Amino acid sequence: MFRYIIRRLILLIPILLGVALATFLIMQLIPGDPARMMAGLTASEADITAIRVRLGLDQPLHIQFWEFLKGLLQGDLGTSLRTRRPVAVEISERFFATASLAVMAIVTSIAMSIPLGIFAARRHGTWGDNLSMLVAMFGISAPSFWIGLLLMYYLAYVLPILPPSGMYGPPWTWVGFQSYILPTITLSISSTAILARLTRSSILEILRQDYIRTARSKGLAERFVLYRHALRNALIPVITLAGIQLGALLGGAVVVETVFSWPGLGRYVVNAIHFRDFPVVQGGVMLFALCFVLINLIVDLLYAFVDPRIRYE
Amino acid sequence: MQIDKANSTSDPLVQPTAAGVPAQATGKWISSHQTKLSDFWRRFRRNRTAVIGLVLIFLNLTIAVFAPLIAPYDPYEQNWRNRLTAPNSQHWFGTDEHGRDQLSRIVWGTRISLSIGLISVSIGLLGGGLLGLISGYFGGGIDNTIMRVMDVMMAFPGVLMAMALVAALGPGLYNVMIAVGVWSIPLFSRLVRGTVLGLKENEFISAARAIGCGNARIIFVHVLPNTIAPILVFTSLRMATALLSAAALSFLGLGAQPPQPDWGAMLSQGRAHIHSSPHLMWFPGLAIMVLVLSFNMLGDGLRDALDPRLKN
Repeated sequence: MFRYIIRRLILLIPILLGVALATFLIMQLIPGDPARMMAGLTASEADITAIRVRLGLDQPLHIQFWEFLKGLLQGDLGTSLRTRRPVAVEISERFFATASLAVMAIVTSIAMSIPLGIFAARRHGTWGDNLSMLVAMFGISAPSFWIGLLLMYYLAYVLPILPPSGMYGPPWTWVGFQSYILPTITLSISSTAILARLTRSSILEILRQDYIRTARSKGLAERFVLYRHALRNALIPVITLAGIQLGALLGGAVVVETVFSWPGLGRYVVNAIHFRDFPVVQGGVMLFALCFVLINLIVDLLYAFVDPRIRYE
Repeated sequence: MQIDKANSTSDPLVQPTAAGVPAQATGKWISSHQTKLSDFWRRFRRNRTAVIGLVLIFLNLTIAVFAPLIAPYDPYEQNWRNRLTAPNSQHWFGTDEHGRDQLSRIVWGTRISLSIGLISVSIGLLGGGLLGLISGYFGGGIDNTIMRVMDVMMAFPGVLMAMALVAALGPGLYNVMIAVGVWSIPLFSRLVRGTVLGLKENEFISAARAIGCGNARIIFVHVLPNTIAPILVFTSLRMATALLSAAALSFLGLGAQPPQPDWGAMLSQGRAHIHSSPHLMWFPGLAIMVLVLSFNMLGDGLRDALDPRLKN
């Protein structure tokens, strides 16, 4: 297992370098001169040249990339063009809001999808199965921002039982927890539907295996066969997908944060795009990608841990 | 020499069959392709979800094509006396903050949504499909290089890669199509590569090589047709994701720009009037959901019909 972890960590290096290069190159596509943008409308040519030299924009691309990488390794993501504050500091202030929302959403998804999937699998082919899978299909197809707006309208305005937007504290305080409810439900709907469908099909697949037939022929109760024999194996792919969904939720958070004016990283990046604050976009995108890659790595390692066949391949 | 590509694959659509089978009733010989197609069609028709999906897509296509005839008003025409009216007999879906007819805007929005979906998925399909074919067929260094680039592209979560591209290219409908299309490339390339890797070891490829077929002929005549089943399923499901992503980008103000009648942008504008005019939220959202749902239903149905082993 240790050698497997080391191998996977080494494999991560080229991916992260690639991500840094891709982000850097995408930002080079931007038309216009960042130095001119930073200097403002009234700046003279000399001021703009001075800023260009200070930011290293007069250097060839490969040198600029090298400087960008060196900055990244030292935790320096540049300075925001709008607020003039270090991007790394601004990101760190917003990271908790996004990460906690994504974690709450994935926990909600798992808690709702597994019982739903088991319910559908146990009633395979009945109207209960069809109905729950239809609901899941709607859950996958509805845009999260639309669900968010509907929830906000009905649960915060029509029946004012929850705060419509904003984050009023960490989730372990009552007021904070209340403000987490609507964004969490909104963010978790799609992954709940995806995980419920997978749980159902995974259980149905396992129930066809020989060892299940053996368990049944031994005379074990159906409930015992399902929960002790089938579910354990059926949940391996579900847990893996849940990990992958956690990464995907980071991307989804960008939209949900905008709906609920959530003070997280996603809304910060979206606002930066509107203000053409490119160091922020670059830093934010890099951090999202880094989290995503790390989550996928942890999921793979967990997978190898629960299913030893993987690491011997 | 006739080589039956289908002979040794594991796909049910290309199950080992004789080059031709006698039709039971007439004793007439029909080709294996016809058999496969009619098998597929029979299974597809029996799948109610898929048929509903297909009908809904057809309905949306009809609305998009005949938008000028169907829409009761000009989608851009402002009427300040009729601002934010609730659904009524004159404006079935009500009007927006500029007094524009919502129904007409949603009807015209079908055109925009379908074009975004079609163009962005085509970019992903063509780019990713070609890269996947080359990668899977040639293997070695080419495969490694292409797949590492794809790994990097897939290291961006969700819609973020598309967002970063839109940030660089600038907001707008065409840039969203490009961004969502580029984001789809790694997914298509992985799918096609995987299918090609499975196919490449088959005897019909060795046979094609043995009779002197060139790489291009093998790829496009022998390998490509056998990858169509999984590509078809994935394309339909990807259309659904592309529509959702493009709507999200428009909602964030990065896609279609006002006054274009785009559903995501309409939701974004309607948000300001959420208290007084909830109808501005309901109809564009429902339109997005129905279109996305229809592609998801079709994709699911196609998968069941093309590969019944996956159906549970």
